[in-house]
Amino acid sequence: MIAVANGGGALSRREFLKASGAAAGVLVIGAAIPRIALAQQRGGAEAAIGKTLDASEVDGFFAVHADGSVTLFSGKVDLGTGLRIAIPQMAAEELGIDVARIRIIEGDTGLTPDQGATAGSTGIMRGGVQIRQAAATAREALIGIAAQRLGRPAAELEAVNGEVRPRAGGAGLGFGELIGDKRFGLKLDAKAPLRDPSAYTMVGKPIKRPDVPAKVTGRHVYMQDFSVPGMLHGRVIRPSSVGAKLVSVDEASIRGIGNARVVRINDFVGVVADDEWDAIRAARALKATWTKEEGLVGDAGVRDWMRRGPFEADETLMKRGDARAALAAGKPLKASYYWPVQSHASMGPSCAVVDLRDGKAMVWSASQATHRLRGIVARLMQLPAEAVRVVYLDGAGCYGMNGHDDAAADAALLSRATGRPVRVQWMREDEHAWDPKGPPQLLDLEGTLTPDGRIGAWKTEMFLPRATASLPNVPLLGPAAAGIAQPMGISTGLISQNGNPPYAAPNVEVMVHWLKDAPLRPSNIRAPGKVANCFAVESFTDELAAAAGRDPVEFRLQGLGDARGIEVLKRTVALLGWQPRPSPAPTANGKGVAVGRGMAYMHYKNNETYVAVAMEVEVDRGSGAIRVKRLACAHDCGLVINADAVRAQIEGNLLQTLSRTLHEETKFDRSAVSSRDWSSYPILKFPEVPEMLIDVVDRPKEPPLGAGEAAATPVPAALANAVFDACGVRLRTAPFTRERVKAAMVAMATENKRKA
Amino acid sequence: MPTYRLSVNGESRSVTVSDPKQPLLYVLRNSLGLTGAKYGCGLGQCGACTVHIGGKAVRSCLVPVSSVGAKRITTIEGLGTPEAPHPVQAAFIAEQAAQCGYCVNGMVMTSAALLAQKPRATLGECKAALAGNLCRCGTQHRIERAVMRVSQGAGSKA
Repeated sequence: MIAVANGGGALSRREFLKASGAAAGVLVIGAAIPRIALAQQRGGAEAAIGKTLDASEVDGFFAVHADGSVTLFSGKVDLGTGLRIAIPQMAAEELGIDVARIRIIEGDTGLTPDQGATAGSTGIMRGGVQIRQAAATAREALIGIAAQRLGRPAAELEAVNGEVRPRAGGAGLGFGELIGDKRFGLKLDAKAPLRDPSAYTMVGKPIKRPDVPAKVTGRHVYMQDFSVPGMLHGRVIRPSSVGAKLVSVDEASIRGIGNARVVRINDFVGVVADDEWDAIRAARALKATWTKEEGLVGDAGVRDWMRRGPFEADETLMKRGDARAALAAGKPLKASYYWPVQSHASMGPSCAVVDLRDGKAMVWSASQATHRLRGIVARLMQLPAEAVRVVYLDGAGCYGMNGHDDAAADAALLSRATGRPVRVQWMREDEHAWDPKGPPQLLDLEGTLTPDGRIGAWKTEMFLPRATASLPNVPLLGPAAAGIAQPMGISTGLISQNGNPPYAAPNVEVMVHWLKDAPLRPSNIRAPGKVANCFAVESFTDELAAAAGRDPVEFRLQGLGDARGIEVLKRTVALLGWQPRPSPAPTANGKGVAVGRGMAYMHYKNNETYVAVAMEVEVDRGSGAIRVKRLACAHDCGLVINADAVRAQIEGNLLQTLSRTLHEETKFDRSAVSSRDWSSYPILKFPEVPEMLIDVVDRPKEPPLGAGEAAATPVPAALANAVFDACGVRLRTAPFTRERVKAAMVAMATENKRKA
Repeated sequence: MPTYRLSVNGESRSVTVSDPKQPLLYVLRNSLGLTGAKYGCGLGQCGACTVHIGGKAVRSCLVPVSSVGAKRITTIEGLGTPEAPHPVQAAFIAEQAAQCGYCVNGMVMTSAALLAQKPRATLGECKAALAGNLCRCGTQHRIERAVMRVSQGAGSKA
């Protein structure tokens, strides 16, 4: 065993071999990895090492080569969302070159500027827009150089198809001739003119993603497929209860499993082996004894815990009129909504390869924030930032911060301890149990109607875990177990947005009771907080509409002033063939299978994408099963960069959130997470996939906004509203499992009997 | 350490492993460099590791290498290439039926096995065949369209 106290220095390879008793000449299995494919994927990027990484410099983002092709260095990465084509489309359009001549390098701290994490649906609206401005600056510079060479005024020239040529016609000069392999040496010019959207030839087109052919033929090299020579496979053994201390490790328990050996650093315990299967077997066989901790509230206790606190602060987020007085003066409708702890539930467990030797670290990671991870690894491993390079490779979709950064820290610890490059891939149970979780949310709503059936007063009271101010990152598991100091606290993403009704109301108050902690380590999960907030706000809007005896669409439209919002709302219900009438449906008291429709609307973050969702559902009154038959969505994210990629993001948001709403809740007791696989944490399956009707509104004259999150948010409320319409049952707790729907039916029947 | 001779993508390959129970998935990925099949759960619950053995779609994470014998193994790499994709792969490209694409190996292999058996598979048969294949990105609709593209074009040149 290698015991390293307090995260001390690495052992040399010789010390390691001596300590672990590894025999020389062990057969190394697992060298034949398609490195050629990877080299093609990365396109000889190494040659550019040493270039500027400055995001205020054109050279930070672009290199024009002698052959006229262009390399684009993007700090934002493609997490499966299509940025890999969309950002080059934006750049190609502004430069004036075919998108096929642009090669993109993503999220490599040695090559790309830091554009912040690929999170919050900002890839296009911030990252892409920044790169577009760099491209416009570069194009103006190329025109300037050509003007000198051709002896003509710049105003007479244009950049088209990779060359600068006279607008009037005649010979031009290729980009390669103008600047090939030389630096621009220019700051981004915020005033560099952008092309007129009416003349776009590439932006907006459904250009096919370059990575799909390799992905569907098994050639694309994912993080999980990547290896380096001499690499060990590592697995980390997590404690049997959250917060447990390691009492003892029986090294002999893995004797005979290949050349597997134990690495222990305080409470951090891992195994490494030349062969991956040996590492897996050893991790399973290793006898480790842990203290028993019972510090969790358990999934069944979360709601009470959220009401009880401890709290850190109350905060008023919005105040208009006097909601409290108006509510006290009337007979308010009141309802509470609960959203459970959920996992990112990535298909591929998190993975990283780290080679930490000689005071330097190479990190390959699928992190959504490679630049942030670089700083984390440097801090944890006590290396200067310049000594750490993080290179992004595609992982399984993460939808927020899953275990990728944890896996990188695990691999760094094991690599430092062994002096070898180490690949760590989490097992399925690691990902489900230990990925940082989407935090729970509880919302109390109160509202009144005016005599003419409008919203009179509205109060939203949220109970939310409070993100720790200026916490640089989610605290990571491996370093915490290894006793390495790191900034502690919790991270959630911006979870208090959109707690307000997007409709006119004279008296509105939105406030939040900030909780000091969270039931399990949280992080940002797709559309942080806004899935649950929209669930509450748009369900409650429906409850008010029903109380007013109004059609839910008409009720919303009478209070909606934003033309773009009105348009997506109208387009959405038109897709479904919505007939105006109040909910519930006249057939709601029938027997057997109930049919209903519902809708919800969202103006994302109150200033970004507009989206509405409507759906038609069947509810089996006997089993409690919900079946979504048709799912409609109109979506306005301003200028559309790639029409098909936007559509794919909408589809993904809708289906993933349908899954989260119908099925998903992380189960845990006082000690640990018990939903550790796909049967205890089920997600949506093919037979449940509804017909989908999508309408993408393109607004070429508006700035491009995000499509990666917004369409997720109206799904739960639209579904709850449709179930209410179908059978009169109001679901206010997710997920909408059969058991929960049946229980709600029974409760409603009992209530109706009592009233009768 | 035991050595096995496997028939993979039409070639005879010899592999030496430390454990006869080692799942085929790890042999393909680590010994043979065929990383198209992915580890997703190791439990046969997600389908990311699907390969064909004797023409049937099988979860390679649950198949001990010692049990394969002379049966013919086909992986996604053996189905087609980016330049010459199998009709199912071509349909996945046409429909852009992948987001992150981690699950897509299983989607392609399960669909190809279905269509080999039922070239005119209906949407219902497609959904049933893929019921054990999970996708987290929400690409199911495109995958259905890709399978339907092949089944409805069967007989003609798709």
